[in-house]
Amino acid sequence: MPHWIEPHPTGIYVRPADAWIDPSQPAERALVTHGHADHARGGHGHVWATQETLAIMALRYGTASGTPVAYGEQVRMGGVDISYIPAGHVLGSAQILLEHAGERVVVTGDYKRRPDPTCKPFEPVPCDIFVTEATFGLPVFRHPDTGSEVDRLLTALHAHPDRSVLVGAYALGKAQRLICEIRARGHHDPIYIHGAMERMCALYADFGIDLGELRPATGVPTKEMRGHIIVSPPSALNDRWSRRLPDPITAMASGWMRVRQRARQKNVELPLVISDHADWDELTSTIREVAPTETWITHGREEALLHWCMTHQMRARALELVGREDEDEG
Amino acid sequence: MRQFSQLLDGLVYTRSRNGKLDLIAAYMRTAPDPDRGWALATLTGNLDIKAVKASAIGEMIRARTDPVLYEMSRDYVGDLAETVALLWPKREDQPLEIDDATLTLSAIIDRLHSVSRAAAADTLAQMMDHLDASGRFALLKLATGGLRVGISARLAKTGFAQAFNLDVDDVEECWHALSPPYTALFDWAEGRSGRPDPAGTPFFRPFMLAHPLEADSVDLTHYAAEWKWDGIRIQIVGTGTETRLYSRAGDDISGSFPEIAQAFTAHAVLDGELLVKGELQGAEKHGGSAASFNALQQRLGRKAVTARMMADYPAFVRLYDILLHADEDLRPLPWEQRRPRLETLVPTLNPDRFDISALITAPDFETLADIRAGARDAAIEGVMLKRRDSPYVAGRKAALWYKWKRDPLTADCVMMYAQRGHGKRSSFYSDYTFGCWTEEGELLPVGKAYSGFTDEELKWLDRFVRTNTVNRFGPVREVEKTLVLEVAFDSIHDSKRHKSGLAMRFPRIARIRRDKPAAEADTVEGLRQLIS
Repeated sequence: MPHWIEPHPTGIYVRPADAWIDPSQPAERALVTHGHADHARGGHGHVWATQETLAIMALRYGTASGTPVAYGEQVRMGGVDISYIPAGHVLGSAQILLEHAGERVVVTGDYKRRPDPTCKPFEPVPCDIFVTEATFGLPVFRHPDTGSEVDRLLTALHAHPDRSVLVGAYALGKAQRLICEIRARGHHDPIYIHGAMERMCALYADFGIDLGELRPATGVPTKEMRGHIIVSPPSALNDRWSRRLPDPITAMASGWMRVRQRARQKNVELPLVISDHADWDELTSTIREVAPTETWITHGREEALLHWCMTHQMRARALELVGREDEDEG
Repeated sequence: MRQFSQLLDGLVYTRSRNGKLDLIAAYMRTAPDPDRGWALATLTGNLDIKAVKASAIGEMIRARTDPVLYEMSRDYVGDLAETVALLWPKREDQPLEIDDATLTLSAIIDRLHSVSRAAAADTLAQMMDHLDASGRFALLKLATGGLRVGISARLAKTGFAQAFNLDVDDVEECWHALSPPYTALFDWAEGRSGRPDPAGTPFFRPFMLAHPLEADSVDLTHYAAEWKWDGIRIQIVGTGTETRLYSRAGDDISGSFPEIAQAFTAHAVLDGELLVKGELQGAEKHGGSAASFNALQQRLGRKAVTARMMADYPAFVRLYDILLHADEDLRPLPWEQRRPRLETLVPTLNPDRFDISALITAPDFETLADIRAGARDAAIEGVMLKRRDSPYVAGRKAALWYKWKRDPLTADCVMMYAQRGHGKRSSFYSDYTFGCWTEEGELLPVGKAYSGFTDEELKWLDRFVRTNTVNRFGPVREVEKTLVLEVAFDSIHDSKRHKSGLAMRFPRIARIRRDKPAAEADTVEGLRQLIS
């Protein structure tokens, strides 16, 4: 294990650069993989991230001083060469590649391998140490084809013209990807969105991602939303906010929806298995493809993936980072 | 198989009855034959395959996956069939997990029916390779005989009837003349042939139901009075050679009460109340002893019934009415002509299992009210008033039958926990657990209620819960113990299930007592005095 990189409960410390990757506490120098709140916190001294991630952080935490780093661009910090590689998770998400003393370390942040119309696809990078997420690190998690999940949503919508379909989707990433996927299946009616995601959708549009016609779901007559799709954060699904919607069919877009009991607990009638995280097959095939000397596993069900690495004669260890929770749980 | 597995998933996730009916109807209209017939058999509980044991499925998956990963997955998911369905290895030649449409539901059922025990696991594994996760789950549940859709047979038939604009009672009438995959039924539904002839087979007839009495009195020259017994309403259908018992929902419950079905050999259709024998105060005077509903509850919801259960909780039926005698339909006759027919029939029945619900004779309504007020038998729920000239008609028709329940008991209880409701109420905390005080000054839960309040009161209660939460346990909120609820209930019984040792029947919120301090709510001991 290289002596210059240190996993701590609060983040990964890159000693020669004196910088933290996705620190959960304010740091003087922070390298941030993507804009989700469990990776990008407010209050850092200076942030290095993609331009998109910086814009998302500015939206959430107000302006902070930051240096945009383009995909493929290299910055040098205390003898460490740092580059940002697409991770395919959400707009602006990056894996961080660190090169120092002849060793290469990749920190994936969160990632997936499926096509996503809202961000650049994951690029595998050969390395010595691969720090991978494991949100869906159990073999029961195998995400189905996204298109057929979206078709189930549209089928339910068309079968009930007097009702509406309310989809819970995380406000950053999942919501916009879902809307793009719905558009890609030929549905161009206006989509109504919860107030909490208006600014994020506008930000996506500013970065050139066409979400079609969006309308605020607040302040419009209930009748107008009949026969339409409404997107809200998962926390608003069963809350007071949803009372004024026209007899909604409650849907939720999340990788957790693959397990019946999880969907039932959340009172979801139409579970859509659509995830921005790698499923089990993607996790294992990515480790095989990257073929690192050692895999570090964070962020989820480490034991199962650790066991898989061991039984496939690969060196691996589980990192215990704090404050990492899947945002879908919201 | 995908259409069927999607239907099953939909039925699992859809909470509303109408939503479930829509799903069933859409499937019945569009699925191919004979798949939809087999699906109907599955939904009505008329298909029983036990091709493999659960243990064989465990072995199947251990042979295909890492046992450690399997155990971890099982711990996370819980259900064996679901774990295996999700975990089943993907085929190498397919990039995505899909149902490749090579297996139909009927082909699967054929294979499960014909496979030998030795070959069952291999056959199952081959079929698993062609399905998606939902399909594999449905297949595993079908193969082990453990498919529980969570709907009643009656609901499935109602969905079928809805699909083809039929009257569900017409479907019900011919149901027992049919067997899976119900080709004759679909032929009739789609106009290719006449209705299948149910002659000679026992089938369910819809019940006649009563409205609650709201008027201050009725004229007893037009209405007859009898006790309303607190058991479950039952219909006995005998053809002379075969007897079936139906619940109010039209579900066949003959298997749960075999002693009743066996004891009935007449050719008639009767309406009555299923009760458990007991010795209770005053019961003799009202026409024989019946135990409280609590005793009957021991017998409900059991598919297999043991000799012990039958001995400890012996069941009998107290008869209210006669619908058919031999092949003669008595339903069009007025009640006052049906009643003597019933009185003539009852002495020919096994007296151990059948008696007649006695009429209450009162010169006027005031006297009847006194008799009703004096009835302290736990098995009496109130009084029924039946119009003397009324035919036996399906459903709840105005002014023919009234139920006049005993005045409810009430208690002042303190709200302790609240939980969100379902469907339209899923954003409201609408299910309340309430408690009463022990001698040590501790609150013990004594019941749970989710009705009785108006929409306005529900909004107020929801706000109270949200602003007075002290703890959260998953979907449940614990609240400040400050709000007194006046709870109404029909009766209260001993119960081993609850810490307070009490169980209320039909508890509902009668009033919100914002004026009353929580310390002045009732005590557990006080409630105990109300046990009848």
